[in-house]
Amino acid sequence: MSPVSRGFRGRSRPTAESGRLPPGQYETRDFPVLSAGPTPRVSPAAWDFTVRGPGTQVARWTWDEFSTLPRETVTRDIHCVTKWSKLGTMWEGVSVDTLLAEAAARGVGAGPFVMALSDGGYTTNLPLADIIGGKAWVALSYNGEPLAAEHGGPARLLVPHLYFWKSAKWVRQLRFMDHDQPGFWESLGYHNYGDPWREQRYSGDE
Amino acid sequence: MSEPPPRPAAGPATPLPSKPRPITWRLANVVDIIPETPRVRTLVLDVSDWPGHRAGQHVDVRLTAEDGYQAQRSYSIASPPEDRHLALTIERLDDGEVSPYLTGELRAGDQLELRGPIGGYFAWSVALGGPLLLVAGGSGIVPLMAMLRHRAAALQNAEPEVRHRVPARVLYSSRRWDEVIYRDELARLADDDPALQVTHTLTRQPPKGWTGFRRRIDRMMLAEVAWPPAERPQVFVCGPTPLVESVAAALVELGHDPARVKTERFGPTGGAT
Repeated sequence: MSPVSRGFRGRSRPTAESGRLPPGQYETRDFPVLSAGPTPRVSPAAWDFTVRGPGTQVARWTWDEFSTLPRETVTRDIHCVTKWSKLGTMWEGVSVDTLLAEAAARGVGAGPFVMALSDGGYTTNLPLADIIGGKAWVALSYNGEPLAAEHGGPARLLVPHLYFWKSAKWVRQLRFMDHDQPGFWESLGYHNYGDPWREQRYSGDE
Repeated sequence: MSEPPPRPAAGPATPLPSKPRPITWRLANVVDIIPETPRVRTLVLDVSDWPGHRAGQHVDVRLTAEDGYQAQRSYSIASPPEDRHLALTIERLDDGEVSPYLTGELRAGDQLELRGPIGGYFAWSVALGGPLLLVAGGSGIVPLMAMLRHRAAALQNAEPEVRHRVPARVLYSSRRWDEVIYRDELARLADDDPALQVTHTLTRQPPKGWTGFRRRIDRMMLAEVAWPPAERPQVFVCGPTPLVESVAAALVELGHDPARVKTERFGPTGGAT
């Protein structure tokens, strides 16, 4: 049981929106940028996206090919482990379901776990179940504009039901694995799964 | 923290720990509150059974109102691992919910809940060696100060040769001279140590007679002040997002290995309200 902080009142409590804020989060209206290193820059000519099966099979899209894939517009609340949440963010991107269907058509299967790999060397791990069934996208635009580099452009993963470090910026590959492995932050003390509603911020959080 | 960094691709091969130890909430007693600048205070805390930390890490602070409402924020640790007390240096953001309380209402003798240490990437210890390049904007100096204090404490009785193996340069951007956090201590550390160089730049109203830099940190300034890339410095950059974005990009343009440039950013509400 937490002791009362003498003299602390806090902001006026959010009302209509309060049900949309997971525990320990506060609402922000701007869009903070957080990353552990310099922002990588990659030209469209050098960009590609790959889905790699648990074996060696790879499905690959160039930037031009990727740009022709059907896109969805999604509006979601996002939650960063550093405590800010941003409500009703609007994205446009390719559903991971679409990518996996295309990959399967090319003989590349999925596995029970996936590692997202990014330019700059960032990685994050997810269970397959959390990226299929309309739960994850490779986002190419935010608020109707092409995704800015500092927010992960040209393409970032969008998995809004988990803390936002799982939505890897600058994503280039989904690599399926037979066994789970921790990604970058997951091996530096952050939670392996990262459900904001269960406040799974750090390793050891229930 | 929150997202993309540098590191060789492919996930680390470490297996998942079977049962990680939880980072528990602890009660901290406020021992002292030190004014640093008109808007910045340092909270000196006594934390029972603090597990120790590395310079550069942070803690989560949790406040509870009488009706049970809680607010959490993250703050960088300013004290080195060698200190008995844990110090947090906090800038008051006028539209903030937590920082005005911590810098205005909190008194010695009060209690705070916190948990940590958190963050294993933006961290440095003398064992990692140098040279060290620290670039800060505003209150971004806080985690870097923990590194400098740790460096000074660890090298206190070291031979000059040892000290020269971990040389450090600091480039620190502030708006005004009276907003420079830890101003006297930085000067003292540099006076005592020929292997430490501290350079300030002031972006607004430099004092009369100021001969130092008077602009935002740019590529030319970094080329002049920073270690050349061939020295392979370990670089830590912390400050507001625009500063970190431009400094990190300029360092990469100058030829520094992106994997050696570690950044921590805070936006208007990024991590330090």
